[in-house]
Amino acid sequence: MSADPSPPGAESALAARAASSKLNPNVQNHPDTQLEWEFRLTPLPAMPAMPAAGAPVSTETMVELRGVTKRFASVTAVDAVDLTIRKGEFLTLLGPSGCGKTTLLRLLAGFEIPTTGQILIEGQDVSNIPPYRRDVNQVFQSYAIFPHLTVEENIAFGLKMRHVPLAERCARVEEALALVSLAGLGKRRPHELSGGQRQRVALARALVCRPKVLLLDEPLSALDAKLRHDMQLELKQLQRQLGITFVFVTHDQEEALIMSDRIAVIHRGRIDQLGTATEIYHAPASAFTADFIGEANLLDGDIVSSNGVTALVRLDEGVEVTVRAAALRPGSTRALLSIRPEKIYITRTKPAKDNCFKGAIENEIFRGAMDELRIRVAHNLQLMAMVANESAHEHAWHKGDTVYCAIHTDDIVVVEQK
Amino acid sequence: MAAPRASTDTSSGAKRAPRTIGWLLLAPLLLWLLAFVVAPTAILFVYSFCQRDELGQVVFSFTGGNYARILDPVYLGIFGRSLWYAALTTALCLVIGYPVGYYIGRSPPARRSLLLLLMMIPFWISFLLRTYAWISLLKGEGLVSSLLQGLHLLAGPLDILYTPTAVVLGLVYTYLPFMILPIFTSAEKLDHSMIEAALDLGAGPVRAFTQVIIPLTKPGIFAGVLLVFVPSIGMFAVTDLMGGAKVPMIGNVIQNQFGQARDWPFGAALGITFLALFAVAFWFLHDRGAEGRR
Repeated sequence: MSADPSPPGAESALAARAASSKLNPNVQNHPDTQLEWEFRLTPLPAMPAMPAAGAPVSTETMVELRGVTKRFASVTAVDAVDLTIRKGEFLTLLGPSGCGKTTLLRLLAGFEIPTTGQILIEGQDVSNIPPYRRDVNQVFQSYAIFPHLTVEENIAFGLKMRHVPLAERCARVEEALALVSLAGLGKRRPHELSGGQRQRVALARALVCRPKVLLLDEPLSALDAKLRHDMQLELKQLQRQLGITFVFVTHDQEEALIMSDRIAVIHRGRIDQLGTATEIYHAPASAFTADFIGEANLLDGDIVSSNGVTALVRLDEGVEVTVRAAALRPGSTRALLSIRPEKIYITRTKPAKDNCFKGAIENEIFRGAMDELRIRVAHNLQLMAMVANESAHEHAWHKGDTVYCAIHTDDIVVVEQK
Repeated sequence: MAAPRASTDTSSGAKRAPRTIGWLLLAPLLLWLLAFVVAPTAILFVYSFCQRDELGQVVFSFTGGNYARILDPVYLGIFGRSLWYAALTTALCLVIGYPVGYYIGRSPPARRSLLLLLMMIPFWISFLLRTYAWISLLKGEGLVSSLLQGLHLLAGPLDILYTPTAVVLGLVYTYLPFMILPIFTSAEKLDHSMIEAALDLGAGPVRAFTQVIIPLTKPGIFAGVLLVFVPSIGMFAVTDLMGGAKVPMIGNVIQNQFGQARDWPFGAALGITFLALFAVAFWFLHDRGAEGRR
């Protein structure tokens, strides 16, 4: 093996640099980084004008799926999906394994042809166009770096296939290497790189083609937790800078919440809910979404009365809770409620609030930053609550303690009703 | 290549015990090689510098004359022809065997096993029997000839038996599986996302094949080339039977020296030269193969 042992410090140094440039808001004015930033922001011919960082996503449509269905033998992987992806948007397809999110991505890439329905990119029907003629590039879950080529040759591959002249090719490869903080590593062989570096090569190789849409298939799943979080922020920032539409597939709900402009929650080949991270988290539209994103106490009950401002719901477990009347449709009689565990306030003395239940702590689970408490408030109703970890304090919660659970009316979300 | 080895060496000293066991496990093979490869080769090497008397007995008076004789145009011509036939056989095997090996390697497991089985079935029948079958197929009044004449694709009887065409045909038939198997192994290991990545980056099917699939299956190609080229250059049975001893290859000459001609020292010199050529070819190809794997 050639000399450089690629010290583990090198990558963390890169990561640290990347992190510091993220954290320092003045970085754009720094003389050293000015150049780099300028060339990151150089308008590229094949790409739309780039919005400034933090600029709102445009309302123009980049990708449109119309009734797209994909069947494999007897299995329907994607079931009549309609979806509009905006120009410059970071859209995440989120769902458990086997939900069809990867098939959806493969349909966009052109590796699968829809059984029925249409896929339009910038208004052009690409449903039957093979992957090598689509202005779409993918970052593969396994990275799929060509082992027989150097880092540079890997990144130049797409440009070579598109007959980009040598001089421009070299310049763009250098630019791409700098973009993903791998400048100077172009001559390396893939097996000489760490997992995180390989991931960056895969990203550079796709971005250098200046795709209209960049597809990312769980690209961070193989990285360790710390590096992964750094990469999440970095990817997000990169996407903002370049203004390229990103379609990101993940099963990790936290990752989706951190990175996305909008999230499409996929369940059994359909879009269960489409919305921003906060919409999806705070106003889940189905039991599946409420349960899949974060954690939730899901409770069924009858709507007993309403005074126009608040309504009373009697849970099947016999407990009554007050919810916002505005959340209920007139005529509904049943409701499914969701209460986030961190929205339950635990006190030792009875607070003067609407929704307040006395209970006993049945279990206390240490989860690092948070403590998870299981509190029995009725003989068949146990609530899950999250409190900041206090186990080191003398007022810590203990198993068997009698406590009060208080929930603000606004924090009880009506997920479904009929 | 050095990378993985270096990394295992850096790990703990617990490597020492397995090393002893490793040698013990290898011992039968090493003894076998010593007794039946190294020793005979050494004897052959010594013989190649000896002379023979009128009765064909080996006389231990040393000379370089046997090697000088190889430079005779007759033998150089046979060497050249052997190289040419072996190269042609290898090229044909590669062209025919690559698609087959690749297809089997990319097939779903059930079909893969079936295809491999089908490919192995002919091996259950004796090699000589199969070669004689070819002879009866190819002869002037044979099946192929009558078929072609019946279809009016051929005016007179087929006249390829006992010609170089028949020899190369026989060689390709004999060694094709040795090309298919290593290519199959390489193709099977090929990560499908590599192909998808090539397509995704704008390579059409042809360029995905030449730029990604071929380089990544290179180890299989090299192994196959080696496994076909080396034995086919020394083949004498097919040349004897299907070439009717009219187009001798180097294998036939060597066989003849140890047989009818009773000139063991010259046969040994031919054998050693042959071995040296293989060693060089192997070293060359193996180096390239290693490069492909990186």
